[in-house]
Amino acid sequence: MNFLSRMPSWIGRHLAAIRVVVVLTVLVGLVYPLGMTAIAQVPGLRNQAHGSELAAGGSKLIGQSFLDKEGAPIPSYFQPRPSNAGTGYDASASAAGNLGPESTVDVLPVKGQPDSGKQSLLTQVCARSKAVGELEHVDGSRPYCTSDGVGAVLGVFRDGGTTGRATRVVSLDQACPARPFLASYEGVTVECARPGADYSKAVVTPVRGDAPAHPKVPADAVTASAGGLDPHISPAYATLQTPRVARERGMSEAAVRRLVGEYTSGRGLGVLGELAVNVVQLNAALDRMHPVKVA
Amino acid sequence: MYAWLQASLILAVVVGLHVPLGDYMARVLDGGPHRRAERALYKVCGVDPDREQDWRHYLFALLAFSLMSIAALFALFTLQGKLPWSTGHEGMPWRLALHTAVSFITNTSWQNYAGESTTGHLAVMAGLGVQAFASAAVGICAALALVRGLVRRDTDRLGNFWVDLIRTIFRVIVPLSIVSGIVLIALGVPQNLGGAHTVTTVAGGQQTLLGGPVGSWEPIKLMSGDGGGVFNASSAHPFENPSAYTNAIEIVLMLLIPTAFIRTYGRLIGSLRQSWTLLAVVGILFGLLLAVGSLAQSAHNGTVTEAVGGQYEGTETRFGIPGSTLFGVAATGSADGAANASYDSFSSIGGGALLSAMMLGEIAPGGTGSGLYGLIVAVMIAVFVGGLMVGRTPEYLRKRIGFPEMRFVVLYALVAPTTILGCSALAVALGDGPSSMGNPGPHGLTELVYAYTSNVNSNGSAMAGFNGATDFHNLLMAAAMLIGRYVPMVFLLALAGRLARQQPGVVTVGTLQARGVNFVALATGAALILALLNFLPALSLGPLAEGLL
Repeated sequence: MNFLSRMPSWIGRHLAAIRVVVVLTVLVGLVYPLGMTAIAQVPGLRNQAHGSELAAGGSKLIGQSFLDKEGAPIPSYFQPRPSNAGTGYDASASAAGNLGPESTVDVLPVKGQPDSGKQSLLTQVCARSKAVGELEHVDGSRPYCTSDGVGAVLGVFRDGGTTGRATRVVSLDQACPARPFLASYEGVTVECARPGADYSKAVVTPVRGDAPAHPKVPADAVTASAGGLDPHISPAYATLQTPRVARERGMSEAAVRRLVGEYTSGRGLGVLGELAVNVVQLNAALDRMHPVKVA
Repeated sequence: MYAWLQASLILAVVVGLHVPLGDYMARVLDGGPHRRAERALYKVCGVDPDREQDWRHYLFALLAFSLMSIAALFALFTLQGKLPWSTGHEGMPWRLALHTAVSFITNTSWQNYAGESTTGHLAVMAGLGVQAFASAAVGICAALALVRGLVRRDTDRLGNFWVDLIRTIFRVIVPLSIVSGIVLIALGVPQNLGGAHTVTTVAGGQQTLLGGPVGSWEPIKLMSGDGGGVFNASSAHPFENPSAYTNAIEIVLMLLIPTAFIRTYGRLIGSLRQSWTLLAVVGILFGLLLAVGSLAQSAHNGTVTEAVGGQYEGTETRFGIPGSTLFGVAATGSADGAANASYDSFSSIGGGALLSAMMLGEIAPGGTGSGLYGLIVAVMIAVFVGGLMVGRTPEYLRKRIGFPEMRFVVLYALVAPTTILGCSALAVALGDGPSSMGNPGPHGLTELVYAYTSNVNSNGSAMAGFNGATDFHNLLMAAAMLIGRYVPMVFLLALAGRLARQQPGVVTVGTLQARGVNFVALATGAALILALLNFLPALSLGPLAEGLL
C-alpha cells in the first residue's frame, strides 16, 4: 500500500472522529445536562435542584460561620467545625487542609511578618482545643499539646546525628520568649525556638505529656472537614455547647437538647454514615424560636 | 460494627446489581441489530457500522478519536472566556488546558485547579461531561476488543470501534446516568444553571453560594471512573455528596460498571464460572485493601491522630471515618479518583492502602473496561506462571499463551511501574517534586509517588497537599497520563489481534483450568507479588516509613 492510497483512510478516520466528538458534545454535553435540568424543575426535585435553600438564609447543606466582626465565636450560636474553605466557610472556595498525621513542626513567623509562618496540623489542633476549652469552660488539654496551645514537639540534636547523647534540645513550636513546656530533656535544658533558625538537623520528638487520652473537647471540634463546608457537628460537640447556648439565650438546657435532637440525622438505614447535628438548621431554628434579645 | 455493616450492605448491593447489569451489557454491547437512531448517528458521522476492523484499524480509530477529543477539549478550555455559560471564568493558560484536556480524555481527571474558580457550566457539561462518557466508553471498547480476541478464532476482525463507543455510551452509561442522576437530585444534589449568588447567613454574615449542573455531572463522574469535581472538594462538597445515603449511592456507582463488566465477560466467553472466578479475585483484593485501610484508619497511629483521638482531620461528619475509608478504597480500586475526604490527611498506612489499590494496576475492580483488561492480563500471568510451575501447557480459554503472547502481556505489565517510578524519580531529581510537597518527610514522598501513580494509572485522586499546578508537573503529568493510558492499549490490542488469529486448542488433562480455589489463589498471588515487587521500595520510603517510625 503506497503513501497516497493510505492518505484518504487516515484523513477519513480523523474526520469521522471530529464528527463523533461534535455529535457527542451535542447529545451528552448539552441535551443530557439540559434535559436533566428540565426534569429537575418538577415538584419534589425543584427545591433540591436549586441548592436546598434555607428560609433564614443560605443553604441547609452548606456550613456557615457563626463569628462576630472580630472573628470571635458568637456565644449564642452553636459553633461549627474549623474550616479551610477560604477564610472559613467560603462556599466559593471549598478546600481541605491536606496536612498529614506527622505534621507537627511549625514554621514560626519571623518578627514583623506575621504571614511568613505556617502552622503544623498539630499546633492547629492544640490551639483549637485550647480555644474551645476556654469558650466552654472545660479542660482543653490534649496529648502532644502544650498548655499554651501549640504542639509539644522537641527537636533533639544528638552527637551521633540521629542517635547518641542529646547535646541540645529545642521546643520547636514554642517561639521565644515562650517558656518551654519541659524544663529539661535527657538532662539538657530545653530552649524556646527562634523564628528563622535552622533546626533541620534535630530529631523531631513529639512528647505526649499527661493529658487524658479522651479529651473533653471532641475530635470534630478540633479538626477541619475535607471540603471546609461541613454543616454538621458530632452529637458530642453539640452536647458540649448546649449549656452555653442555653445560658446565652435564657432557655432551659432541656429545650436546647430537644432542638438538637430534632436536627440530628441518624444513620441511614440504621448503618450508613454517622450521627450528625446540622448546625446551620439548628441555629436558624434557635433564632426563630428563641431570638436573642438585643441589649 | 457499623463500619462493617455499612461496607457489607453497600458491597452486597453492588454484587446484587452486577448480575442483571452485566447480562444486559453482554446482550447490547456485542452483536445484535443497530437501532434506527444509531444508524442515523453513524450516517452523520460517516462511519460504516457493519465493517469490522482488525487490531490496527481498531487502535487507529481509538487513537484518532482520543486525539480529536483532546483538541476539542483544549480549545474549549482555552477559549472558555469567549463562550457562553462561562460564569465569568477566563480561558485556562495553555499548559493547564493541555494537562486538563489530557487528564479527562485519558479518564484520569487529575485536576491542577479548583473547579469552582476555573470551570464554568459549559466547560463542565460540554467538556468534562462529554469526555467522562467518552473516556469510560473507550476503556470498554479496548476491553471488548480483547475479549473478542479471546473468543474468536481464525480471524483478524475485532469489532468496530465506533459501534462499541456509541453503544456503550447510549445503551449503558446514559440510561444509568439519567436514573441515578434523578435519585441524587432528589437526595439534595443541585442541578441548575445559576451562577454565584451572595446570601445573608443565619448570623448575618455574607456567603457566596454556587450553582451548577452538579446532578447531571455526579453520576457520570462516578460511573465513568472519572472522579473530577465540579468543586475543588469533589465528593466531600455537600453539594456533590449531601448525605450518608448519597455517599452509599456514589460508592455503588463507582463499583457498578467495572463489576458488572466482569459478568459481561463471563457471558461473552460463555463461562459464567470464569466471571465468578475473576469476581472472587477482585473480592479478595478489595477485601484486603479495605481491611488494611479500615484497620489503619481506626488505629490511632500518628502523632496528630493521637492528639485528636482519631483520624478525623479531613473527614466529613456525615460520612464518618468508615464511610470515608470505604469511599477511598472504592475510588482508588475502581480508577475513579473521586474523594469524599482529604486523602492527604489519612493515616500513613490508610493512605498507603489507597496508593496500593492504584499500584495493583486498578484491578479491584478497576476502571470501566480497563479493570477487566488489567485483570485478564493478571490472569494470563498467573496461567503462564502456573503452567510452567506444574509443567502444563500455558493456555487460557483454549488459546495458547506462548512466548509471543507473553511478550505483549509483560510489556503491558511493565508500562505503569516504569512510568510511575521513572516520573517520580525525575521529579525528585530535578527538584520540582520536593518543592511541590505539602508535607515534610516521608509523607511528602508519599504525596509525590501518589501523584504520579494516580496520573499514570488514570485514577485522578490526589493527596491534594501536593501542588501539581506548576509548568513542570502539568507537562510531565500530561506525558505520564498519555503513556499510562495508551501504551498499554497498544500492547493489548496487538495481543487481541494475535489471539484472534489462533485456532483454539483442544482441552486435555494437561490443561491448567483457570478456575477453582487454587487458581483464585494463584491469580491473586500473581497480582499482589507483581505489584509488591515493583513498588515495595517506594512504599517503604513513603507510607511504611511514616507509619513505622
